[in-house]
Amino acid sequence: MENLLEVKNLTFSFRTYGGVVKAVRDVSFEVRPGEILGIVGESGCGKSVTSSCIMRLNPEPPGFFEGGEILYKGKDILKMNKKELRQIRGTEIGFIFQDPMTSLNPTMRIGKQIEEVFVNKKGMSAAEKKQKALEILKLVGISDGEKRYRQYPHELSGGMKQRVMIAIALVGSPSIVIADEPTTSLDVTIEAQILELLKNLQKTLGTSIILITHDLGVIAKLCDRVLVMYGGKIVERGTAEEIFYDTAHPYTKGLMQSIARLDTAKGEKLKPIEGTPPDLFSPPVGCPFAARCEYCMDICNEMPPETYDLSGEHETCCWLQHEFAPDSDLRKVPAEKGEVE
Amino acid sequence: MENKELKQPLVQVKNLCKYFQLNRKATLKAVDDVSFDIYKGETVSLVGESGCGKSTTGRCMIRLYDLTSGQVLYDGKDISKLNKTEQKEFCKKVQMIFQNPYSSLNPRMTVKEIVGEGLKQHGMSAKEVDEKVEQLLKTVGLNKDHMSRFPHEFSGGQRQRIGIARALSVDPEFIICDEPISALDVSIQAQVINMLKNLQETMGLTYLFIAHDLSVVKYISDRVVVMYLGTIVETAETEELYSNPTHPYTKALLSAIPEADPKKAKANERIPIKGEIPSPINPKNCCRFAERCQYATERCFNEMPQLHEIKPGHKVACHLTENM
Repeated sequence: MENLLEVKNLTFSFRTYGGVVKAVRDVSFEVRPGEILGIVGESGCGKSVTSSCIMRLNPEPPGFFEGGEILYKGKDILKMNKKELRQIRGTEIGFIFQDPMTSLNPTMRIGKQIEEVFVNKKGMSAAEKKQKALEILKLVGISDGEKRYRQYPHELSGGMKQRVMIAIALVGSPSIVIADEPTTSLDVTIEAQILELLKNLQKTLGTSIILITHDLGVIAKLCDRVLVMYGGKIVERGTAEEIFYDTAHPYTKGLMQSIARLDTAKGEKLKPIEGTPPDLFSPPVGCPFAARCEYCMDICNEMPPETYDLSGEHETCCWLQHEFAPDSDLRKVPAEKGEVE
Repeated sequence: MENKELKQPLVQVKNLCKYFQLNRKATLKAVDDVSFDIYKGETVSLVGESGCGKSTTGRCMIRLYDLTSGQVLYDGKDISKLNKTEQKEFCKKVQMIFQNPYSSLNPRMTVKEIVGEGLKQHGMSAKEVDEKVEQLLKTVGLNKDHMSRFPHEFSGGQRQRIGIARALSVDPEFIICDEPISALDVSIQAQVINMLKNLQETMGLTYLFIAHDLSVVKYISDRVVVMYLGTIVETAETEELYSNPTHPYTKALLSAIPEADPKKAKANERIPIKGEIPSPINPKNCCRFAERCQYATERCFNEMPQLHEIKPGHKVACHLTENM
C-alpha cells in the first residue's frame, strides 16, 4: 500500500538567544493508510515538534527547517504556500491538541468552532454545516448535540472538551489525525473512554492516527507501530509487539524498566535511567543517549550510530548491533565470525 | 497484621468534613465524613480521580485548611487544639511534598534559603544551617554547588528533589506526598520513587501518598484508600485491594489502568463506567456513585451506604456488599 505521509530526513531547529536549539534531527518515518502510529519519548525529545512540523504549526521564525521533506500524498508540504497549506489543514490532516482547556476558544460557541473548518468551503449552506457538526458531535459520543452546539467551552467538563477537540479534528474527514498527548490532562476512567473512542473512530472511518504520548500504557493499548524518540532522533522503531517484547535499544529498555507495572513485585526496585536528557543547544556528537546508557562503549561518544535493520519493521539506531560490538542481551543479529575484511 | 491492632495509630482521621461555602445556597462538599488511620512506618495511599477530595484531605491533615467538622489526631492529640509550642513541634514532625515542583518553590530564593528556611525557624545558627543543607542536598542526590542557585536553573526532577530536601530538613516523622511525581517524566519518576522508598527505609518515615497513578500506588503503598466525590468507597491492604476489588467504582478504576504490555492491554476488557464525575456542589444524600454505577438499585439512590468490613482490614461502602 502506498504511504499517506512520508517524512524524510527532517531537521528542524529554533533560533533563540541562547543559540540554535536542534529540536528534531534527521528524522524519517512514514504513515500508512488506516494505521495508528505511536511516537513515544520524554518531554523535550522532539516528538511534539515533529508532529507540528507536519502541519507547519511551529512558529517560523524562530523555528526553521534545516533540511528534509514531508511528502503528503506525494506533495511536499515544506514547499507549499499559505493558501495550499490552508487547504490541507483541517480537511486533509486533523490535529488534536494536548490541552483541551486552553486550545478551545473561550469566546466561541462549540458549534461555531466545529464549523470553522468549512469557512472557506464554497457551496455549503449554513444548515448543511450545522448538520455536519451535529453528526460529528454524535459520533464522538456527545449526547444532546443540539444543546451542546450552543454552549461555550467553560460549560463542558475536561473529557467533554477533549471530545469536542476530536470532533473538530474529524469534521473535515481528514485522512490523517495527529493526536498530541490527547489524554495527558484527563483522569484514568475518562482517559480510557477517550482512547476507546479514538480506536473506534479509526476503525469505522479508516483514518490514520499519529499518536504522540509519553505513556507506554497508551502506546500498548492503541498502536500498531511505534517510534521511540530521544534527543531529537528516532532511536528505535517497530511494531508494538517488537518494541515491548523484543526491545533492542538501551533507552527503550530503560523506559520499560523504570515504570511501575501492576505486576511489579513489592520488594523489587524500579530501575531508573540515571541522569537527564541531553542539552539540545549542543547535542552530543555521538549517540544522544550515550551519557545515560549502561551499555555505553567508546565509539558511542565519538560517532552517531548507524541504523540497523533487525526484521522487516524493526530498526534500531545503536552501535550494539554492529558486527564488532560485544555480545549483550540486546543483541539481535548474531555476530558473523571470521568475516572481517 | 494483628500487632497493628495493639499499636496506637500515628495519625487518626475521624469523620473529617471540609465544606466550602460558595454562596448562600451552594455548598461544595469537598470531603464528607472521611475516617482512616495511619500507623507508624507504613505508606498509605489516597487514590481517586481529580475532584474527589484527596488533596483537600491531605491539606486538612496538615492544617493548611481548617476543618468544617471532625478531628485529626496526631499521636493522640487533636491538631486543631494545640498550643503554640505544641504547634511548633507538630510542624517539625509533619511535612508536605507538593505536586508541582515549578510553582511550589519560591523563584526569588536560592536553594540554600529554601531548604534552610525551616531550620532557621527552629533556631539553628547560620553555620549549622549551612552544614545541614549541604548534607540534605547530598541525601537527595544534589551537591553543594547547587546551594547558591535559583530554582529556575534546575530541571523538574531536580526541583522535586529540592522540595523533598525541604520537607526532610526538620527531621519529620510523617510526610504527606501530594502527587509528587505526576509532573515528572517517566524516566525521572522512577528516580524519585526509589528515593522516597530508600528514605523511608533509612529514616523510618511514614507516608501519606496522594496519587492517581494506580500502578505506582500499587508499587509503593501498604494500604490504599479509594475516594470518590468526597467519600471513601473502599479501603484495604494493597494486595487485597488489587486482587479483590469489591466496590464497582474500584473495579472500573482498576480496569481502566493503561497497561504497558500490548497483549494484555488489547485483551483486557474495560469495565465501562458511564459519564463523568458529577458536581460536588450540594450532593444528594445517597450513594455518590449511584448514577454512574451499572449495578445501582433503588436503594442506592435513597440511602447513603456506610463503610463496613467484609474481611478483616477490607472495608467497602456499597449496599450491594452488605449482605455478603
